[in-house]
Amino acid sequence: MTTATPTVGAGAQAAGKPTTTAGRVRNRLNSRTATLVSLVIALLWTIPTFGLFVSSFRPEADIKSTGWWTFFTDPQFTLENYQDVLFGSSSSSGQLASYFINSLAITIPSVLFPLAFASLAAYALAWINFRGRDWLYIAIFAMQIVPLQMALVPLLKFFSTGVTVAGVQVMPAWDLVDEQKFAQVWFAHTCFALPFAVFLLHNFVSQLPRDLMEAARVDGATHPKIFRTIVLPLITPALAAFAIFQFLWVWNDLLVALIFAGGGNETAPLTVRLAEMAGTRGNEWQRLTAGAFVSIVVPLVVFLSLQRFFVRGLLAGSVKG
Amino acid sequence: MAFARSRQALAIAGVLGLALGAAACGTGNDKKSSNAGSAECAAYEKYGDHDGKKVTAYSSIRDIEADRLAQSWKQFEDCTGIEIDHEGSGEFEAQLPVRVQGGNAPDLAFIPQPGLIKRFVDGNNLKPVAAATKTEAEANYSPDWLKYTTINGQFYGAPLGSNVKSFVWYSPKTFKEKGWAPPTTWDELIKLSDTIAASGTKPWCAGIESGDATGWPATDWIEDVLLRTAGPEAYDKWTTHGIPFNDPQVVDALNRAGTILKNEKYVNGGFGGVKSIATTSFQEAGVPITTGKCALHRQASFYANQWPEGTKVAEDGDVFAFYFPSIDPAKGKPVLGGGEFVAAFTDRPEVQAVQTYLASGEYANSRAKIGDWVSANKKLDLANVPNPVDKLSVGILLDPKTVFRFDGSDLMPAAVGNGTFWKGMVQWINGKDTASVLNGIESTWK
Repeated sequence: MTTATPTVGAGAQAAGKPTTTAGRVRNRLNSRTATLVSLVIALLWTIPTFGLFVSSFRPEADIKSTGWWTFFTDPQFTLENYQDVLFGSSSSSGQLASYFINSLAITIPSVLFPLAFASLAAYALAWINFRGRDWLYIAIFAMQIVPLQMALVPLLKFFSTGVTVAGVQVMPAWDLVDEQKFAQVWFAHTCFALPFAVFLLHNFVSQLPRDLMEAARVDGATHPKIFRTIVLPLITPALAAFAIFQFLWVWNDLLVALIFAGGGNETAPLTVRLAEMAGTRGNEWQRLTAGAFVSIVVPLVVFLSLQRFFVRGLLAGSVKG
Repeated sequence: MAFARSRQALAIAGVLGLALGAAACGTGNDKKSSNAGSAECAAYEKYGDHDGKKVTAYSSIRDIEADRLAQSWKQFEDCTGIEIDHEGSGEFEAQLPVRVQGGNAPDLAFIPQPGLIKRFVDGNNLKPVAAATKTEAEANYSPDWLKYTTINGQFYGAPLGSNVKSFVWYSPKTFKEKGWAPPTTWDELIKLSDTIAASGTKPWCAGIESGDATGWPATDWIEDVLLRTAGPEAYDKWTTHGIPFNDPQVVDALNRAGTILKNEKYVNGGFGGVKSIATTSFQEAGVPITTGKCALHRQASFYANQWPEGTKVAEDGDVFAFYFPSIDPAKGKPVLGGGEFVAAFTDRPEVQAVQTYLASGEYANSRAKIGDWVSANKKLDLANVPNPVDKLSVGILLDPKTVFRFDGSDLMPAAVGNGTFWKGMVQWINGKDTASVLNGIESTWK
């Protein structure tokens, strides 16, 4: 953190003027005006979402002709948009409910896989001594700068034609159809998430006290034992923090799903359906208001229920440093 | 900790359960048996029996239109045993090259840009059509249409749907009340605009905002005018870069379009001044016609779907369209339009059978009966086209006097046609002068 180390007279300063710059800043941020300003900012930030929410209950003709604020002078309420979105008539694309399942089937494994691999890798990189460990860590760290867009075509080729080295087929094509394509999406999301996950978890795992590990080893614990009984419980906040990141990212992802899952109703997630819901020429865009709200329900629930871990996870990093 | 671990186990079990459940839901109805041999299937016998074969198709057609598409080839599927697995995506143009490069190309793609088809042909990705498809296409479509997919002497795909862009939308009701008549020549059009402007209403409304594609409605305007002032031959040279993008004829066309689009007296009814064109979405741009705030709106036949619910689209209804008049009668009756072409990335017999079927008259009539569709297929029976605007469009496309030209921005290389041309039009609407806009676009065409 900053150098805001309280001096001996810190207690007395509460009433008087703080002497350090940081102290003055802190005092100002704690004042009533600052609270008011932050409240106003929070309100301003919420207005667009609120407008979208109000819009989602307005009839199509109103949405298309006037702004959402007219709702307050001329309230017109309808659930038709939600009806359209949830139980829509489009037979080839099905109803939103089935895409919900697809989204969950994509998201949950795509969060658990990188979480499992990354925590194991982080432990090994932090507490197991082997040759080239630091170089390996640097390589993983550096991989974060590779934009995933660059990997899309090669990865797709890897799935559809396999790997051939000098004319020899090293890996056959996956040749997946329909629901099996979930595996491709899990694979892709796991690949793209690992560098960051390893980096994040490594920072937590390496900060665990050395005494703890040594004590466990003296008691005869093996690496798997230490990992399970000591490391995992201690890094739960970090795991939760990463899980939230990854969950929100995968849930909101359109690009990776479009390429690796395809747009068929067997595998396409909510985002893909949302993107095509407005029709070929965008003439049904009023549905997007309700669709957006249906799709953010799950991330909201996840975020709110794991929020305390999130904050704790972020704090753990800063305080221990 | 045991508690946390059991929760973990629960989560994993839950995931597996869901995945298996999803997998279980998907299977079951894949088995399909062909009922070839029955009376309705006699017409499909020539496509052969391909029981249990699957053909994947990829396009930008989605939602309700995708349903209609699936409905239109239902009988073909039942009779031949081919299952057509169609997938529509709004990111079609961007996704298709990615899938092709990744070795994951669909069997068929309905591509609306001849420029993109050429790119795939150059990349050696597309397969020329079978002889049967070619014969079918040549019998049903005019050479004007087929030349767009004939590359290096090989034919790569027949058109599927089409649309007519040379339309001006108006309100027959308002016109009747005020005693106006739909114009048939350019001079009449300008005279009518002046009359309407004098009555206190701004005659034209326009909007070119369309997300990433902002600017395209204006490119249609320019192309339509150029086709009328310079003629189809000059237009062809322009789209293939035989003449520079900023040729004097193009400057003239743009200036002429400007006499309407950049005339404060004429635009932008219901929205504001000239600059509001750039910020008005194309979906909303014509809507003021229904409230009488604007009288004329130049937009393609597919705009029929954009009117608010309850608007009657007919010759005696709330809104209808007339042909965007020609300027020089000596140049014939030029029509600007678009459409998609059925191109194949594989040449399996069942894929070619589908391709042949989609080029046939039976298909055109089957799809037309479901509604909201236009095709230039000569075997299409006008009686099968239910919607008045579609009827008008089909009538124009099948008129032997019609000189059809494809939307130029789809013929040009994507960097120009779907890039600098669109952006240039936005700058032009925002006040930049004609010459520097055109010079700017020309400098990007390498």
